[in-house]
Amino acid sequence: MATIFENRLEKLRQSFTEMGVDVSEQIYQSTKSYIDHDVKLAQTVIDGDSDVNSNETKLEKQAMNLIALQQPVASDFRIIISYLKAASDLERIGDNAGTIARETLRAKGNPRIADVETVIAKITKHVRKMLEQILDAYTTLDATIAPEIAQEDRKIDHYYQTTRTAITEGILANPETAVAASSYLMVIRLLERIGDHIVNLAEYLIYCETGKIVELDADDGHLD
Amino acid sequence: MASYNLDESYLYQAAGPFAITTQDLNVYYGNHQATFNANLKFPSNRITALIGASGSGKSTFLRSLNRLNDGIARVTGKIEYQGIDINQAAVNVYEVRRRIGMVFQHPNPFAKSIYENIAFPLKQLGMTSDLSNRVEESLRAAALWDEVHDKLQESALDLSGGQQQRLCIARAIAVKPEILLMDEPTSALDPISSRKIEATMQQLKKDYTIIIVTHNMQQAARSSDFTAFFHLGHVIEFNKTSHLFTTPRMPTTEDYISGHFG
Ligand SMILES: Nc1ncnc2c1ncn2[C@@H]1O[C@H](COP(=O)(O)OP(=O)(O)O)[C@@H](O)[C@H]1O
Ligand SMILES: [Mg+2]
Repeated sequence: MATIFENRLEKLRQSFTEMGVDVSEQIYQSTKSYIDHDVKLAQTVIDGDSDVNSNETKLEKQAMNLIALQQPVASDFRIIISYLKAASDLERIGDNAGTIARETLRAKGNPRIADVETVIAKITKHVRKMLEQILDAYTTLDATIAPEIAQEDRKIDHYYQTTRTAITEGILANPETAVAASSYLMVIRLLERIGDHIVNLAEYLIYCETGKIVELDADDGHLD
Repeated sequence: MASYNLDESYLYQAAGPFAITTQDLNVYYGNHQATFNANLKFPSNRITALIGASGSGKSTFLRSLNRLNDGIARVTGKIEYQGIDINQAAVNVYEVRRRIGMVFQHPNPFAKSIYENIAFPLKQLGMTSDLSNRVEESLRAAALWDEVHDKLQESALDLSGGQQQRLCIARAIAVKPEILLMDEPTSALDPISSRKIEATMQQLKKDYTIIIVTHNMQQAARSSDFTAFFHLGHVIEFNKTSHLFTTPRMPTTEDYISGHFG
């Protein structure tokens, strides 16, 4: 028979899963809206942002109550801390999705750079895949995938740098694209940030499994 | 309930010096073995908590350390204190108990004045001068002085349970032991008195090595530096308290502290 603690931990798990599904959907839709120049879809994402925020608040309350009232120790404690920290990174990812969606609205109707948009679509695919993989790993709290996630993030950092150069060159070749270019710069930086948050999620999984606090991106860190 | 391998253990190698160590300590009540090959080293000036389900052998182990099991149980193995094995018949048990004091679960002051509770054992030891200084010093160390200094001649039995327990701590330290053993010293007390005893222990560890049996895991987590987990007479894990309650090494420890036991 499940204890009070187990029931409440299960609820926390569910809240986290719901949040993960929402954020994942937001990332998918916001990046899609940006790539397809779909203003209507962008608006849907912007409207959904408050749901993620209230989900995070709910999860925080559940976690705090569990800690204060059930006084968990050992792996029980680490699981709760991991969800709590992961929820805050997820919420930030959701915020970034909102900003990308707003960029879709802002960039509309300006001259574009097709090559750059192709690369952004590619980075987007990477980020979506990383997010799916990490959320998958959270369902079983299995940290095996963590090093791979960090590896993927390094690729994104690399794309970020090369794309930034390509964008600058694009502006020089055709000053008309300046407005679109500033939007591209913003979006690739957001995608790069999302990658960093996903690496944080991977770090919490390692903490959850081993109790060790690690920095998976310690050697290259933030790029700007 | 899962079955655990009782022969596997994790013993963290703490930095010395050690106030007292045991080597392959076994305790038998008749044919019943209550402690199995306990190998523990207690770091000086630190608080070590002994935790485990009731009947796991915590008290048995603790009482062996100052020979309180003499005549009750057969104790084999070594107990090393200051370079000598004190688990030998030739050793003076009264001297052992003066140097290794004990505070019990239920406060047991003498039916005498507060003053005499501390002075009496000192007189028994032959001390004649400086008694009142030693009484004051001990009461201060046990964080009781401020509450009783103006009623030292009143009966100890009129004190509250928490005060009585601190008086027993004062009595135990008055004879200047080096090690203080405590067997569930707060389990009969209210939370406020318990917290006072815990605070007192933090002060005392500057001068004493403390080994405390507690069934209250929050108390162990809050107030000890090291924790030993006992299960069915076996020491399953000895670890820094901060590690034992966050990343225990043994599955048995994890299950016990998480409340997943039987
Ligand atoms: N005086 C005694 N005579 C016989 N058996 C005892 C005696 N004291 C304890 N035991 C037995 O030894 C085992 C350990 O008991 P104890 O050391 O009191 O455990 P704990 O302090 O962890 O609750 C138990 O099985 C208990 O029944
Ligand atoms: Mg006991």
